[in-house]
Amino acid sequence: MNKLPILLKREYWEHRGGFLWTPVWMTVSILVLTVLGMISAEIFRQRAGVHFNFSLDNVRDSISAKDFAGAGYALDVCQFTFAVLPCVALFFVLFFYLLGALYDDRRDRSVLFWKSLPVSDAATVTSKVLSAMFVAPVIALAVSTLAYLAFVLIVSAWLGLHGLNVLPALAASHPLRTLWHMLLAVPVNALWALPAIGWLLFWSAWSRAKPFLWAVMLPILAVFANAWIGMLGGPHFTGTLDFARILGRLLLSVMPGSWMNSSVAGTLHEWMPNPGMAADGGLLNPDRLLAVLASANLWIGVVAGLALIAAAIWLRGRRIETSV
Amino acid sequence: MNALVQARHLTKRYGTTRALDDVGFDIESGRIVGLVGPNGAGKTTALKAILGLTDFEGELTVNGVDPRKDRTKLMEDVCFIADVAVLPRWLRVREAIEFVGGVHPRFSREKCDAFLARTKIAPGMRVRELSKGMIVQLHLALVMAIDAKLLVLDEPTLGLDILYRKSFYETLLGDYFDENKTIIVTTHQIEEIENILTDLMFIQNGRIVLSATMDAVGERYVEVMVGPDKADAARALGPLNERQIFGKSIFLFDGVDKARLAELGELHKPSVADLFVATMKGTYA
Repeated sequence: MNKLPILLKREYWEHRGGFLWTPVWMTVSILVLTVLGMISAEIFRQRAGVHFNFSLDNVRDSISAKDFAGAGYALDVCQFTFAVLPCVALFFVLFFYLLGALYDDRRDRSVLFWKSLPVSDAATVTSKVLSAMFVAPVIALAVSTLAYLAFVLIVSAWLGLHGLNVLPALAASHPLRTLWHMLLAVPVNALWALPAIGWLLFWSAWSRAKPFLWAVMLPILAVFANAWIGMLGGPHFTGTLDFARILGRLLLSVMPGSWMNSSVAGTLHEWMPNPGMAADGGLLNPDRLLAVLASANLWIGVVAGLALIAAAIWLRGRRIETSV
Repeated sequence: MNALVQARHLTKRYGTTRALDDVGFDIESGRIVGLVGPNGAGKTTALKAILGLTDFEGELTVNGVDPRKDRTKLMEDVCFIADVAVLPRWLRVREAIEFVGGVHPRFSREKCDAFLARTKIAPGMRVRELSKGMIVQLHLALVMAIDAKLLVLDEPTLGLDILYRKSFYETLLGDYFDENKTIIVTTHQIEEIENILTDLMFIQNGRIVLSATMDAVGERYVEVMVGPDKADAARALGPLNERQIFGKSIFLFDGVDKARLAELGELHKPSVADLFVATMKGTYA
């Protein structure tokens, strides 16, 4: 009997708020802001007595093919931005989800109910790891894609009311390619996040109280202690920045796309394949993702993450209630 | 046939205190065992050992399985209700049913729905919306729908009103228990369950001080109500306990010839509660 689907469902039931409603409310508020923007534009236009006279003839005359390509690129960036905002929220959702995943049920003693069922500790912890790696990011991506579609419909309808046909601009955009690239980024994000997933789950399983303090203060104190000992001339890691970077990796890698380091990330302009670029340009293109997959940094993190997850499974079998 | 639960030299230390001190017992299939003891006597520790929720020294097999090694397999045959209100508060009733049905091979959805139909619990309700009594009803419905061999109940009715307590044990006895099932129950309200128990186990300071069937308890222990004139004669026979009521003395005897006691006064079957008080004398002193 394969219990994994029902275990994943259980995680979704408990964290529907973070996994589903957080991205929904974020994208819905962007849509509401868009509509509000349109309404105020209409009102200002009326007050100022400005009248646009769009007609298909005008459009044909004044908009060149290059402008449509530019508009298509803008739409791609828009689609990407719709996904980025829930990703920022996803960092906080996943961070606190993982910190609580093996702690909250011990604190409220419901662990005694979960433990009364024939589910192994390994299966329980695995379901939490997979939820953080795939379930939450895929839901966020699905929500942001639907929101982008709604955005396109709203904007098209508005422009259509003013007699502007947006179909050529839509035809010049690449929604499927953009979606495909973002979908490909999900497993890369997931592997990149493993050390942080392991770290947070480990402290979640270990703590008898306040897992947040253990998971967050410990690395910060370690960096400070290291620098302080170094200042006094004692034995320490000389590269304080590297040391901080490793601990930062343990703590913060659940941020989607955090594998793009600042020197690569550049401006938003570089993230998407733009009209001047080859079709497979941009930061999210499959070649760049493959380069991340081929990096030692990613795989060292994966090994560290798996070790921490194994430790969390072991602890899950031994630390049952927080009080004993 | 081997006993369902076999414990030998079971010891559990927390620091220097021994929650269980070289305990041994057998629990046969088809029994309802009351595990009774004062607070801190080691009841919960014993149950946790049986459920594989704690490490321990000694030997213990439950349904032929070492609970420390193969918990997942063990829990297919063992159910437990630990305390009241351990169901997670965010869970909805229908989700609880779907989850247990999804992970437990011996769960019957029809049975669970039938039990719940007799309560006011609706599928869309969250656990946090239920009263304490309803949470226990839900938990009981989930557990009774599982065809398990052993059911462990740790203070299942703590904090419930008498209506819920009564119906809890009536349902358990009427709709769940049969000769293939075994129940271990701990509670402080012994008087409410003594008529459903088949076996009695007293635990004190980590040791089993009494382990007998209810029939044997009835044979061994007897209470005599004695007038003041014969009180000294009764004391000479070495009673376990003596208490005063309406100017008469009630003596509790263990294994003294009943014909002799009948000469002293009227004989009674002692309640488990009286037996418990007599046995545990001096626990907190």
